[in-house]
Amino acid sequence: MATFTLPKNSTIQPGKTHKAEAGAKNVKAFKIYRWDPDSGENPRTDTYEIDLDKCGPMVLDALIKIKNEVDTTLTFRRSCREGICGSCSMNIDGLNTLACLKPIDDNVSGEVKIYPLPHLPVVKDLVPDLSQLYAQLRSVEPWLKSETPPPPDAERRQSKDERAKLDGLWECILCFCCSTACPSYWWNGDRFLGPAVLLQAYRWIADSRDEATGERLDDLQDPFRLYRCHTIMNCARTCPKGLNPAAAIGKIKQMMVERET
Amino acid sequence: MSNDYANNTTMRSPLGRVRGLGSAKGGTHHWWMQRVSSMALLPLTIWFALSAASLAGASYETTVAWIARPWNALLLLVTIGISFQHTASGLQVIIEDYANQEWLKMGAILAIKAICVLAALASALAVLRIAV
Repeated sequence: MATFTLPKNSTIQPGKTHKAEAGAKNVKAFKIYRWDPDSGENPRTDTYEIDLDKCGPMVLDALIKIKNEVDTTLTFRRSCREGICGSCSMNIDGLNTLACLKPIDDNVSGEVKIYPLPHLPVVKDLVPDLSQLYAQLRSVEPWLKSETPPPPDAERRQSKDERAKLDGLWECILCFCCSTACPSYWWNGDRFLGPAVLLQAYRWIADSRDEATGERLDDLQDPFRLYRCHTIMNCARTCPKGLNPAAAIGKIKQMMVERET
Repeated sequence: MSNDYANNTTMRSPLGRVRGLGSAKGGTHHWWMQRVSSMALLPLTIWFALSAASLAGASYETTVAWIARPWNALLLLVTIGISFQHTASGLQVIIEDYANQEWLKMGAILAIKAICVLAALASALAVLRIAV
């Protein structure tokens, strides 16, 4: 549903500034969204000045440095720090991306602005509530469904061409940068499955070993679940892994027409 | 129903909420017809715009005679039909995107379809009265 203004208790207030230590020569400011559900206060943006000569190259390095050395209350998700786990997805300088893959040097405005993924309930600071997205992923049953038993003591076989159809799909790490960058998902996320989950659904539709293609298409054939995609293409633009969820959605739509004609 | 979810006023599990009322098993025809009608309108709109431009400043009699020619009348009827069909389905998508009350959504979609059908019939009637 479309809401264009923030409720009163969500408007962002100016916050504190943590100055860089004296003598720092290569200083970069990080303006970070802060909200603590226990404080009862409105969200604010705190500014942290960091000496880049004593910091790693990526935005996640700066966040870890801030948490370790400046402000231990700063809360964010992170795990692998190399673009494989999808934990540190957040909005950096207006674009959803992974903090661990985002070089600080990309910022030219002097101040790196960091917010949680847009249009999700915030748990604390940069940690959004992903439970709806995980439930949507569960709803497309992202696992192999086959009635034919696998050959005894062997894997299910797939030709090289069939396997190649999964390229550009299996690489998705479920960081949900794309879904939370999609205006259609913002307005109708309760019913539209969003680019990340539709790409995952197509990953199983496109798998030659799967035997539930028809049922999968049945479940997606819905004005809201699938057809809220209006090819806005924010998903492809923002994907930190360089994937194109819109193309996967386009292929699903193509199959929908194909099976009716 | 959707508002219960958005406002967090339900204690239903996230999976139950997401599954909701299930798949409508529809939408493909609507989506495909939008694509087909926009492709058909591409040549038709160019033809109509060029014809209208060539009739600029023409007398009443010339214009009526142009409309009455069988091919022109036929193409005008097709353009009218497809344009209003395309308008109605496009506006329906916009309303589904932004209207968040079920009664408002359904009411607005029905109103738009009614207006488009009436406008299409009135336009077609005008062409037919001249041409037939």
